Amino acid sequence: MARFFHNLNELYKFRVLIQNLVVRELKARYRGTVLGFLWSFFNPLLLMIVYTVVFGFIIRPRDPAFNQSPLLYALFLFCGILPWVWFSSSSLESANVLITHGNLIKKILFPAEILPVVTVTSNFVHFSFGLPILLLFILIFGKGFTAYVFLLPLVILVQYVFTLGFSLLIASLTVHFRDIKDILSNWLTFWFFATPIVYPMSFETIQGSSLLRTFLNLNPMTHIMQGYQNCLFFGSMLRWKRLGVTFIVALILFFIGAMVFDRLRDSFPEEV
Amino acid sequence: MNAIEVDHVSRIYQKYSARHRFQTFKSALVKGDLFRALRPDELVTALEDVSLNVEKGQTFGVIGENGSGKSTLLKVIAGIAKPTKGRVRTEGKVSALIELGAGFHPEISGRENIYINGIMLGLSKKEINAKFDEIVAFAELEDFIDAPVKTYSSGMYMRLGFAIAINVNPDILLIDEVLAVGDASFVPKCLDRIDDFRRREKTILFVSHDLNTVAKICDDVAWLKGGRVQAVGEPKRIVDAYLQDVAEKQEKDFEKRRQEPAGIQEEDKGRRENRWGKREIEISRVSLKSLAGKEKSVFSPDEGMVIEMDIAAPSRQQDFVFGIGIFNSQGISCYGTNTHLEDYEPVSIEGEGKVVCRIERLCLINGTYYLDVAAHKKDGYPYDYHRNLYSFMVSSSLRDEGIARLPHGWEFSENIKIAPPKKA
Repeated sequence: MARFFHNLNELYKFRVLIQNLVVRELKARYRGTVLGFLWSFFNPLLLMIVYTVVFGFIIRPRDPAFNQSPLLYALFLFCGILPWVWFSSSSLESANVLITHGNLIKKILFPAEILPVVTVTSNFVHFSFGLPILLLFILIFGKGFTAYVFLLPLVILVQYVFTLGFSLLIASLTVHFRDIKDILSNWLTFWFFATPIVYPMSFETIQGSSLLRTFLNLNPMTHIMQGYQNCLFFGSMLRWKRLGVTFIVALILFFIGAMVFDRLRDSFPEEV
Repeated sequence: MNAIEVDHVSRIYQKYSARHRFQTFKSALVKGDLFRALRPDELVTALEDVSLNVEKGQTFGVIGENGSGKSTLLKVIAGIAKPTKGRVRTEGKVSALIELGAGFHPEISGRENIYINGIMLGLSKKEINAKFDEIVAFAELEDFIDAPVKTYSSGMYMRLGFAIAINVNPDILLIDEVLAVGDASFVPKCLDRIDDFRRREKTILFVSHDLNTVAKICDDVAWLKGGRVQAVGEPKRIVDAYLQDVAEKQEKDFEKRRQEPAGIQEEDKGRRENRWGKREIEISRVSLKSLAGKEKSVFSPDEGMVIEMDIAAPSRQQDFVFGIGIFNSQGISCYGTNTHLEDYEPVSIEGEGKVVCRIERLCLINGTYYLDVAAHKKDGYPYDYHRNLYSFMVSSSLRDEGIARLPHGWEFSENIKIAPPKKA
């Protein structure tokens, strides 16, 4: 436990480096592209268009929440996809981050946790670039906002801790078991559909089956996504208890992730 | 006061094994050996019970063959690798020049990389701002500092890496062989900086194969052999002992090769990297001796050297030339000659014999030298060619430069007041 807080403190000491590495990551990623930072917005937008065409126009939205309107459905989708992209790219990139930065770990003394933290944080920055666009769309095409939109930072915090914990775990384990990378991309596809993103929790099939409901409720991402949808799309109150429990789960995951990372730390310079 | 204390440190590495490499997550879960204890047959000991103390302000050299644990020792002191057993204590800020520019990102500019690399090495943003121009000037990159690092040549890359690292201004500087890649004008500049460090009473740990530099700049030297400290002490003595050991090892290797069964030798003949020829005339043994006939490998420039070759010619040959060549550590030929160039006319050779080349005075500058010896035909067809198989060192307190030490003296007219060197 003491080690855990010691490591957190180390991370805090390196905050300037983290900040600089995030900026570097953002600069380097879109260097040479015509659209530059706009890609942070276009990527989820293009993904949203695909889902809108498939689920909005081809398989029409049956849920009453959308009034048969593909546009409303698209906004609902966007509320979930934007944070999901943050989560999934963070974990996919974390799986590689220690290996691709192997020369750093081997040659320079600095806490390796910085690398997954930077990955999660730079993806968070992408997410926050997309967020104003989403807000703007909801304002123009949607039902407008209620005061609950101000609870959004809480949801983001829960997701940040959860994503970081998951990424630390993935990053450290992948160094020893390279197959995680391949398992992960398939697992994330499954996870995506096992989370109410393309469908609302109020969907009739879900409400009709207690098994499905329990299954979805056991998925922490369900409550995080619902948090976004409640704040932004439905304009309703967060479900405190569920989000609170999810936050505790996120903290536990973060703790486990950090402990495993710390346990395996000494083996990184040899294995990467 | 000690700046670095290495206390009975051992470092054990896991041997590369295909089985481990391809172990999967599933198999680890099934076997439950995610954190399993390693079996001893899969371990390699890189450092074994190493204890060293480096005083503050000392320049401490570490020498040894490849794989003797030098780099591991440096990594353990830098904190990058943890000692498996034992303890390391350092006093003050440590900066390790293990690989220059290790943290550079190719897509972003040199300017941004200076900041990020500087912060990684422990500088604050303010400190970097203050030193920025100095770093750029030292790296000679004024015109390229805003170009992405991927467009840099490897020389520019290295210069920038060194310029940042040297400006970190640590209390303890660890240097691992990084100067080996610099060009002729940059290396003296780096050495200058290191000298500057020494003057400011900083502690330097210097790992190098350039024994000459080690002997020149270090106050104390440790010699690592197979992960153990073989000897610690006064640089010249340790370097001499090390060279002696290397020479002995080469001698043994050579001996072993000579005693290899004929069958293998047949197959190998003419293919060995550093020795070729069908050995119609074989050089079976080479020894370096002082003029008085004592075998040695470290010479002073004023000393003479005798190169003795034992020759065996199983059948009678009528066309033969014996030659020697001396190369310095940069591979530059310092001197080469053979009996043909000196107009000796071969008549015949058969059976065993001895060829002695007697150099009355070496007249070389300090450094490590490699020796080629050969027996060949006049047209160059090799009987037995030994390429760089022997080495010796020239070591002295003299500091002159170049390739050869030309015999010389100084004379001054009376109006020039200049004190003669103090005789040691």
